[in-house]
Amino acid sequence: MKTSKLITLLVVAGALVSSCSDDDNDIPAPVNQEEVITTMNVTLTNPSGEMVALKSYDSDGDGPNAPVVTVSGSLTANTIYSGEIELLNETVSPAENTTLEVMEEANEHQFFYAKSDALNASFAYADTETDYQNDDQNADPVGIAFTFATAEASSGTVSITLIHEPAKDASGVAQGDITNAGGETDFTATFPVTVR
Amino acid sequence: MNYFKFFAFLFLCWKGQAQQCDFTLSGKVVDYHDGSILIGAVLSIESQQIYAETDLDGNYTLTGLCPGKIEITVTHPECEVNTFTVTVKDNMNWDFSLEHHTEELTQVTIKGEKFRAETTSSAEESLKTETLENFSGGSLGDALKEVSGVSSLNTGSTVVKPIIQGLHSSRVLIINNGTRMEDQEWGVEHAPNLDINTAANVTVVKGAGALRYGGDAVGGVIVTDPAVAPVKDTLFGKTIFGAMRNGRGTSTTSSLTKAYQSGLHFTGQGTLKYFGDREAPDYVLSNTGNREEDFSVGVGLNKFTYGFEAYYSYYHANIGILRASHIGSVGDLVTAVNANTPNYVQPFTYAIAAPRQDVSHQLAKINVFKRFENAGKLDLTYSFQRNNRQEYDIRRGDDRDKPSLDLELTTHTVNGNFEWNSTPDFTANFGAEGMYQVNFPDPDTGVRRLIPDYKMYTAAGYATLDYNLSHNLVLDAGARYDYINVDAQKYYQNSRWEERGYDVDFGNIIQQRLENQLLANPEFQYNNLSATLGAKYTFSDYLTGRVNLSSASRAPNPAELFSDGLHHSAAIIELGDLRLNKERSYKASVSLEGSAGDFSFGLNPFYNKIDDFIILEPDAIEQTTRGAFPVYEYRQVDAHLYGIDVNAKYRFDAHFDLDGSFSYVNGQDLTRNRPLIDMPAPNWTNTLTYTNAKLNNLTLGLRSQSVFRQTRYPDNDFNVPVLQDNGETIDQTVQISEPPAGYNLFHFTSSIDFKVAEQSNLTLGFYVDNILDTNYREYLNRQRYYVDDLGRNFRIQLKFNY
Repeated sequence: MKTSKLITLLVVAGALVSSCSDDDNDIPAPVNQEEVITTMNVTLTNPSGEMVALKSYDSDGDGPNAPVVTVSGSLTANTIYSGEIELLNETVSPAENTTLEVMEEANEHQFFYAKSDALNASFAYADTETDYQNDDQNADPVGIAFTFATAEASSGTVSITLIHEPAKDASGVAQGDITNAGGETDFTATFPVTVR
Repeated sequence: MNYFKFFAFLFLCWKGQAQQCDFTLSGKVVDYHDGSILIGAVLSIESQQIYAETDLDGNYTLTGLCPGKIEITVTHPECEVNTFTVTVKDNMNWDFSLEHHTEELTQVTIKGEKFRAETTSSAEESLKTETLENFSGGSLGDALKEVSGVSSLNTGSTVVKPIIQGLHSSRVLIINNGTRMEDQEWGVEHAPNLDINTAANVTVVKGAGALRYGGDAVGGVIVTDPAVAPVKDTLFGKTIFGAMRNGRGTSTTSSLTKAYQSGLHFTGQGTLKYFGDREAPDYVLSNTGNREEDFSVGVGLNKFTYGFEAYYSYYHANIGILRASHIGSVGDLVTAVNANTPNYVQPFTYAIAAPRQDVSHQLAKINVFKRFENAGKLDLTYSFQRNNRQEYDIRRGDDRDKPSLDLELTTHTVNGNFEWNSTPDFTANFGAEGMYQVNFPDPDTGVRRLIPDYKMYTAAGYATLDYNLSHNLVLDAGARYDYINVDAQKYYQNSRWEERGYDVDFGNIIQQRLENQLLANPEFQYNNLSATLGAKYTFSDYLTGRVNLSSASRAPNPAELFSDGLHHSAAIIELGDLRLNKERSYKASVSLEGSAGDFSFGLNPFYNKIDDFIILEPDAIEQTTRGAFPVYEYRQVDAHLYGIDVNAKYRFDAHFDLDGSFSYVNGQDLTRNRPLIDMPAPNWTNTLTYTNAKLNNLTLGLRSQSVFRQTRYPDNDFNVPVLQDNGETIDQTVQISEPPAGYNLFHFTSSIDFKVAEQSNLTLGFYVDNILDTNYREYLNRQRYYVDDLGRNFRIQLKFNY
């Protein structure tokens, strides 16, 4: 009779269920979070080759530990520094250089610089997408390389923000104004800076 | 419309209105074994001195019946005498199946069982096929809002989760064709993975009374049932095609059933949906298209004494999530909250890009039943479910096309239920259930797992009783015990482990230590008791009352225990807590249904006290390399919810009806003495309907939907340091708490029937949603911070029955 066959089937199914429930020993593979950016290294070099390093490092990425910001020294007044940014994921070893990804997708990324009003200085982009992407016809800025021109002695903060998928053609964005950029914040750091 | 329910050997229900002693009950008396007619069977109603005898075709007619309960004694020379209680409300057609051989079963059953109440004393409401068909192109959550007291928690317009009397997600069980859905229902942006077109009938039990389905229904139970195949030689089907202006897409569903006199039946059903971006009155809601492909097949045998059913269903949906709601930092959130228009609007497209959800659900089940003489019916069911959820985020580099979340949840369930129904005034259900579940989060996502690997075993036993104390009083009671074992393996960042204080409390569950993370093996057991007690009292043919007390216990779900990480779409860090206890609810509900002439009404006040209610609220701020984020932590408070659902209907004449419903919920956190978050605002819906049966069943309806502003909400606003355009960082208040303004929408519905052939009907429908193209935002839509809700929508629908 059909019913009894089906009951048998149920029992067999039940047995299968219980038999496959004894493999407790396998350990799930760890996931090393990709796309985490733990570190931003900004180097500011003056014409005579002297460097000032700004660093923001968060040991656990988006974990509970707050980022630690360090600045190696003060800047000289009335000097044009050439700046360069490096992004790292140091939760993996060897550390992953995220700057390369930003370069590959230069048309989808842009750094924005800001300074507090008290600081007498100004920024300018020193690169375009074409520097990193041969096939890119747009010459919109990316901001991995930039210049930082100091004026009279002062002190304040410098903030650098990486936006993913900004609206690069929106008003002011190519000039470095973040207001209309939209997109998502991938990384942001604020550094205390003194100009002597 | 009212559905009056009564309980006997089986649950039955029908609609109608009673007036005088002129009703007719007619039908056949047949042998349930082979369906052969019984000639000369005598049906007698002693109390009213009414008799009838079946003719040569087995037909009988009882005339001059008064409304109310009557006892019908059915005798046949070759059968035992049987007496059955029927409540007369209308002219009715019933077939009695008699056991022809006296030495075997001595049972009378009534065929035509259609709307079966799930419980005797709980507040319940059903949606029937015609209503569900109107939502063929939408979702289950949309249709359920037709039930008073049910609202929805939305993520846009395509991810719709039902809320029953203020509660949702893990607190609402969804029973799909007898199987409890295990579709990662814990997440607020996880809609039920269920094609609404598979259901012929949906019942909402407002409370934990339906213990057969689970002991943790703190909010309630939603039971969807497929169409019951008739026991006769027939082939029939249905196709519904719908097209919508808003979303510029279509939805098509088709089903076909072949049934035989022998009880054998085959069914097949499929649904396809294809929609592009939805539109608000003033702009396109970019990336809100969706696709759905579903099908189900079934085969069954339905004899009186035994039968089986095998069923398989597949659901697959690809759902775009509003691009403007994807934000990377709290600064972005502040900008979005303060702006009146979304920061990302593109021209209409059908394309779906990240962020999006790609979910599939498979259900395979097999059920057998057998009836036993002088005892009852035994049901055994095995079901298998596999749920796969992939969520795609906006990502960088090689990870661009990889999902950020890829969970595969596999569930096996075995259950047995025995229904004791051989004593006239007494029915009991006894059952046992076992479940084994495995969650596998794919590590290839390159994103730390939001929900860890876990295995879960549950075992449960329950008993429910229904007792007809007198002809107008039915008592019901039940109890259920659940054992739950969760065995998880989860990686924690070392810093998180310490920040949570787990190094102190859970130091002994560490399995492995890696450089900057560790593997822990949390294992939890829960022993849950739940119970229900209630009564149904029939005051008169025009008034029925139900009282129900129920208690439910719910173990914390995996999200509540284990969540750990940044939610990009919400810009929050969500943290579970291994220390959570189960939550316990004690609910009292009363429901009254009645009618007086052309007026009918339903009233359902309730009070729900919940101890250790698990809530998610912002608690602190964490600094990350993306800026500061609020930390939302799961915690437990004592809470209560009370409220009332009201519906009323007035029939002006043969053509005009006015139907109104109102619901109110008040949720309070008793621990901190403040309102609970995400409680539905009071809402009031009125529908004026014109129907004309002579004009091809023309139906025209105008509906007014008023949703008031929710004035009771907790203040969860928080301050974060936000980097300004001028480089200064200042503290800003993120205003996430205040609900949006109330709104009033008007909708139009119309339909007309055409007979295209002997066995074929065509129904044409035309609908307009949000006629006035009103701009509004709904408190319970998680995208309310970013965009307005849907604008005007024109829909047409063609339904073809054949």
